[in-house]
Order: sequence, then C-alpha cells, then structure tokens
Amino acid sequence: MKKSTNRISVLKTYKLYIGGQFPRTESGRSFAALDAKGNKIANLCLASRKDSREAIVAARAALGGWSQRAASNRGQILYRIAEMLEARKDQFIAELQLQGLSRSAALLETNGAIDRWIYYAGWCDKFQALFSTVNPVASSHYNFSVCEPMGVVAIFAPASPLLGLVSVLAPCLAGGNTAVVLADETKSLCSISLAEVLNSSDVPGGVVNILTGSKTELLPWIAEHRDVNALAYTQRDHTTLSSLKTKATGNLKRVIHWPFTDWSVNKAQSPHLIMDLQEIKTTWHPIQQIAGSGASY
Amino acid sequence: MKKLLPAVYNPLLLAGPAIDQTGVEERTTRFTKRSIKAASKMQGLLLTLRMIDLTTLEGKDSVGKVEQLCYKALHLHDIFEGLPTVAAICVYPSHVHTAKKALLGSSVKVASVATAFPSGQSNLPIKLEETRFAVEEGADEIDMVISRGKFLAGEYAYVFDEIAAIKTACGAARLKVILETGELGSLDEVRKASQLAIAAGADFIKTSTGKIQPAATLPVTLVMLETIRDHYYKTGTMVGMKPAGGISTSKLALHYLVMLNETLGADWMDPHWFRFGASSLANNVLMQIAKEKEGCYQSANYFSVD
Repeated sequence: MKKSTNRISVLKTYKLYIGGQFPRTESGRSFAALDAKGNKIANLCLASRKDSREAIVAARAALGGWSQRAASNRGQILYRIAEMLEARKDQFIAELQLQGLSRSAALLETNGAIDRWIYYAGWCDKFQALFSTVNPVASSHYNFSVCEPMGVVAIFAPASPLLGLVSVLAPCLAGGNTAVVLADETKSLCSISLAEVLNSSDVPGGVVNILTGSKTELLPWIAEHRDVNALAYTQRDHTTLSSLKTKATGNLKRVIHWPFTDWSVNKAQSPHLIMDLQEIKTTWHPIQQIAGSGASY
Repeated sequence: MKKLLPAVYNPLLLAGPAIDQTGVEERTTRFTKRSIKAASKMQGLLLTLRMIDLTTLEGKDSVGKVEQLCYKALHLHDIFEGLPTVAAICVYPSHVHTAKKALLGSSVKVASVATAFPSGQSNLPIKLEETRFAVEEGADEIDMVISRGKFLAGEYAYVFDEIAAIKTACGAARLKVILETGELGSLDEVRKASQLAIAAGADFIKTSTGKIQPAATLPVTLVMLETIRDHYYKTGTMVGMKPAGGISTSKLALHYLVMLNETLGADWMDPHWFRFGASSLANNVLMQIAKEKEGCYQSANYFSVD
C-alpha cells in the first residue's frame, strides 16, 4: 500500500472536566492555547461562571462518598493515578515541550508529578495518626481532636503546569476533600490531559473538576460561592490574594496560600500541606474519673 | 353546587392521534433552549414556588415531620420578605388531619393521596373508603392512582369506572389522577390514559407517584398537556396538569413553565391549573432567588433541611 503523505492530522479537543464528564463550556466560547513561539496549538474552552457553578455542584455531590471512603482506599486510588500518569508519561513530556519547556525540564516536571502522587498516596492513611491527639483535660472527659476534610476546595492552579497542579491537588485529595481547579491560563493543556488520567484512575466523578478559563472572570464567582469551603491560592499576587480573602468572608471560607515558585523542592511536599486543608474536630466524651478514684492501675 | 352525574365509559373516548416520539423529544428539547432574562426568571421562580405541592410520602412520615413540612409551606425562607407560600401540602390520608390543623387560616391546600397509593392494588370499596376518609379529614384535593395492571390489560372500562367512582366520592375535593407514566411503556399509552382520565372526570392529570423511575419527564408531560389542549378545544373545559417526581432544580422547573406557556397558554400559568409535585424543588428555587438577590451562588447549608 502506498504510504499517504498528506494525511490530515487529528487534533485533540481540549474540553472541561466536570463531574466525571468532559463537556464543552455551556457558553460555547473558546480561547487559543499558544506554544512558546506564540503559535496556536489548540482551542481551549473559556469556562463561564455557570460552568464553575456546575463544577462546584459536582464537587459537593462527590464529597460524601470521597471523604467517607476508607483512607487506605484513597491511598490506593492516588497510587493508581501515579501508575496511569507513568503510562502516559511521553504524552505529558511532549505536551510540556510544546508549551516551551526543554526536554530535560519536561522530564523533571513529569517525573516530579508522578512521584508526588506516590508521596501523598502513602500519607492518605497515616497523617491522621500523626496529627490527631488525645488531649489532657482536668475533668472526667475523654477529649480527642481528629482531622476532617474541609470540603469543597477551589484551587487556583500555579503556573507550573503539571507538577505545580499535582502538588496542590494531591494533598487536597489525600485529606478527603473534593476539588474545583481553575487551570493557569497560560499553560492549560496539561491540566486537561491530567483530567483524562484522573478519569481512568478510579477517581470517582466529581472528586476533581477542572476548568480552563479566565481567572479575572471566574475568580470572584468562585471566591464568593457559598458552597465552597476553602480557596487554595499559589501565586504571589497579593492584590488577588487580599481580594480572595475579602470575598471569602461571606461564608468564612479558609484561604490557603502556598506561594511556591519552584515546586520541585522538598518543601513543596509535606503532610502539613494536607493539614492546611483539614479542620480539627474536638470531642468531649464523658467518662468515669478513673484517675480520681485513686486506683493505681 | 351542580350535582354531576358520573361519567359513562365509551370506547370512542380512547380514539386519538398516534404519538411521534422523536417529534415529541425534538420539541421538548427546544423548550430547554429558550433565553430567559433575569426579570422573567425571577417571576418564573416565584410562580414555581406558588405551584409546588410540597410532598412527603414516606413510610417514616410522622406527625412531627408533617408539622415541620407545613411550617415550611408557610415560611419558605423568612429572611426574604414577601415570598409566596406553596400551593399545597401532599401527604398520606393518615396525616391529613395534622396538616389541616397546622395550615389552618392559610391558603395552602391539603392534598392527600388515596386509592392504595402508590400501587393501586386494592379493591374499589377499599379505595372509595380511603378517599372518603381523606375527604372527611379535610383534604381539599385527592391524588388517586389508576390501576395500571388493568389499564395495560386493556380493561379500560374498569379503569374508567374506577376513576368516575372516586370522583363521586371526592365530593367538592378536586381530583388529580396519577397515570404513573413510568409503568405505561409508551407515549401512545400515556395519551390514551390521559384521555381516559379526563373523560372520567379528572380535575388534574398527574404523571407519577414519585415511587417509580422514570417519573415526570418533559416528553411525557408534553403529551399530557397536548391531551388537555385537545380536550379544551373540543369542550371548552380546562383540566389541570401536575408533573411529579424528579423535578428538583429550578432550571428544569422553568423549562416546564416554558412548555406550559407555549402549549396551553397564559390561562394555565396559575397554581389552580398547574402544580409541581416535589419535595426538594422548593429549596433549589429558594437558592436561585437568593442568588438573584445576593449576587453570589448559594449553598444548601443555609436553607432548611427537608
């Protein structure tokens, strides 16, 4: 058979990821993803505020199932994400190069992201034992503090297109939260490809929702949404940060600021980052005052 | 009040057009694509609230639960002044008394299901007895189920006579006839059952019990609305419509209102002629109203627990 040289290439449509589905934006709008030289690589969905609302509804619906899942099972699923990412490594390296990274930088970014999922997979069922406490109190109560996920976390993703995104998403999921991610505008390709990995890794639909679009447009709607429990911000723009903090007051959202520029450093992975997205619940349980009885058991 | 003679069955009552399912689905999809401006949307949301039959039909219903629901019917979201009340509370016959007492002095009606709801598997004397009991307890409206087994077996005269007998037992109470379209199998059967129910004296036709999936859908409701329209053209008599089950978002409710307006017109855009059978719809509508008023998306955490 004669080899055809003028085959029309099939370009991927990058869509949103909401509730385990890949819908186009309801607004029908798009924007161009550019490579390092400013050439158009693909059209991306320019998500509307209604898309962000759908994503938050999906994240809320998924929260019960995800947070009540056995912690060890969450660990298995995070590990599975790493496996699937490893299997599609070449795709991510190519995509990162397309967006202007050198081959070695793309390799570092991808390997770093895979290792980060592994790192947090391990922490899923261990951080509770480390951070929960039995508290000494001066009354006949058993008093203990345990970690609980904050709930729906809105993540304004860092510019590091893969490792940075994973570094924020992984501790969020490890702690049993669900997430709505607004990908960084400049390098959004990998975030949608990551959604494909998540979708084939036993992550239940709605646990992670990924939007591509304009931060200026969507940020106020997400930050004011009453059904979001926490905002994770990663850039150093303090005007945006303080505007987030103001808008978060409506329902007293937590605003978490992780201003890393280099996400490959060791400091960018820590169980303390899981704890940043946990609430502490303290319970007073009445007991017989054993110590007071004088028994030296 | 004029004493009506019970309707008499006639096989010709069932003659009607064949339903083009693809056409119906195509048409209903269009109702979901209308652009609704903010002011109209607000009117639509308020109208939706006024059209809701706030429903609790659970085995675990108790006096406390019914009282709580009645309170909710009267105080949808007190933070916002001037909100309407819902149209009615819909409960089992054993809770009509409680609901009636709790709603005393308000315009909220009490609807009661009857006739061995939801299956309808009982005999006529028992169904009549249950209907009379609900009416004596104070029900303003009776939601009956048709005998789907008999209907599907072709015993149309039986189903007809049953509806007519229940209608007589209702007295002044308005009768809603539940077709349970999820069990009828096709839109042709829905059309036939609608014609049968209307001819036998239904004041309202209603899609579903809410206990069977699929419950209310836009296509099924459109077929029923068109039956009502054809009946109106023929006789000049208006019949009400109540989709029930599965309508839990205000967006969907607005689609239904668009369909109602474009099929039956403005005369039907009133709680007297159109109802939503729903339990969680009210909160969703309230969240939308709150969003319009406060400018930010809402959370269920700040609304009453159903």
